[in-house]
Amino acid sequence: MEALQAINFIDLTWVNVTSLIVVGFIAGMVSGFIGSGGAFVLTPAMMSFGAPGIVAVASNMAHKFPKALVAAIKRNKYGQVDVKLGIIMGIFAEAGVLIGKNFMTDIRKDFGDVGTDLYVSAVFVVVLAIVGGFVMRDAMRGKKTDAANNGVEQKHEAGKIAKWVQSVHIPGTMMYFKSMDAKVSVLFIAPLGFATGLLAASIAVGGFIGVPAMIYILGVPAVMATATELVVAFVMGMGGSMLYAFDGFVDIRLAMLILAGSLFGVQIGAIGTTYVKEYVVKYVMGSIMLIVLVSRLIKLPVYLDQMDWIAPLSADLTRTLDVVSFTTLILALVVGALSILVALIKGIAEHKQQHEKFVDVGASD
Amino acid sequence: MSDKKVSILSVIGFGIVSAVLYTLLYIYSGDLEQASQLVQKGEKIYFLVPIAIAFVFSYIHGTFTDRFWAALGLTAKK
Repeated sequence: MEALQAINFIDLTWVNVTSLIVVGFIAGMVSGFIGSGGAFVLTPAMMSFGAPGIVAVASNMAHKFPKALVAAIKRNKYGQVDVKLGIIMGIFAEAGVLIGKNFMTDIRKDFGDVGTDLYVSAVFVVVLAIVGGFVMRDAMRGKKTDAANNGVEQKHEAGKIAKWVQSVHIPGTMMYFKSMDAKVSVLFIAPLGFATGLLAASIAVGGFIGVPAMIYILGVPAVMATATELVVAFVMGMGGSMLYAFDGFVDIRLAMLILAGSLFGVQIGAIGTTYVKEYVVKYVMGSIMLIVLVSRLIKLPVYLDQMDWIAPLSADLTRTLDVVSFTTLILALVVGALSILVALIKGIAEHKQQHEKFVDVGASD
Repeated sequence: MSDKKVSILSVIGFGIVSAVLYTLLYIYSGDLEQASQLVQKGEKIYFLVPIAIAFVFSYIHGTFTDRFWAALGLTAKK
């Protein structure tokens, strides 16, 4: 530990405090809706306020697990959570968190704070490009199918990979999961959980692996996958927070300020899931992921320059990249929040209409 | 007392406790930063401070926000 530089916690100015609460609220809405994802906005946001990458990841994790707990309890009331699957994935995710966290600490030791900044941003770009693109493509297909069926919601059907996974029988490892209504070998769940934890310890958003893995590899319906991810996030978030806190990286002031706003948002996001169709959840998830990807991509040259890995950038260009990257991040937030609010308002209006029709039919009978 | 009145009273009650917690967080901000530095210097027991704070805030503030939106009429589809 002596070899590490002293940790710089950011100053709590009124601008920082207000921004963290507002950003927390909007990111909380996203988390409550798609199961994770607040961090892909919050981690870069904290870094933009001057928090080193490792403190941003650690503090985000410390705000994430209490938020996930609150949201999981709420969505469990709606019958959307597969607690057994969440706990099992969470336990394996914990192992991934352990490895990922040691990796982060090593990077900081060898390359300093800018090294962790660069690593976090690079992982963001790679993961968001692959998974974000895939989720978006699936959402578009879902919308087409929905239109072809005149908006009548179809029964959830597992994809090809998920059907194969569910068909494999490995004696002594099979467990029944209500979310898939099938038995699946724990040997399939273990690597998915591990990868989720590895990603969570690096960029604090394991859900970008966890949720798509549950949907496309295990065959869990999207709404249940996003809800179950909250259990995974709680289990590994608590373990991860303890690990980071054990090295003094958690800035609990930052974490609780974000929580102040995010718990308001999480409630709206969770309620929103009860009014929307499967593809809407994927749409919101995919579009936010792709916009954040652009934001991090724009910022990469700045970190590469700070590491002296590329030819020096001019001060003007660095400033421009900073501003454009941050503005894109705000755009991701606004798009996410508006999509959820629009989906919620539309859902409530449709529900009211159906309810009124039902009452009218009942009265005329 | 009607249910509505009880629920509004509980919103206000949890809101006040939540506000008190955040005021304490602000007042002891320096001590919390110091606790992190102590952990770095080897006094590992202080790692429990942020974890305990997170649990207390999640219960109090979580209950407050849940009841806040319910009192405003925003509830899940039945």
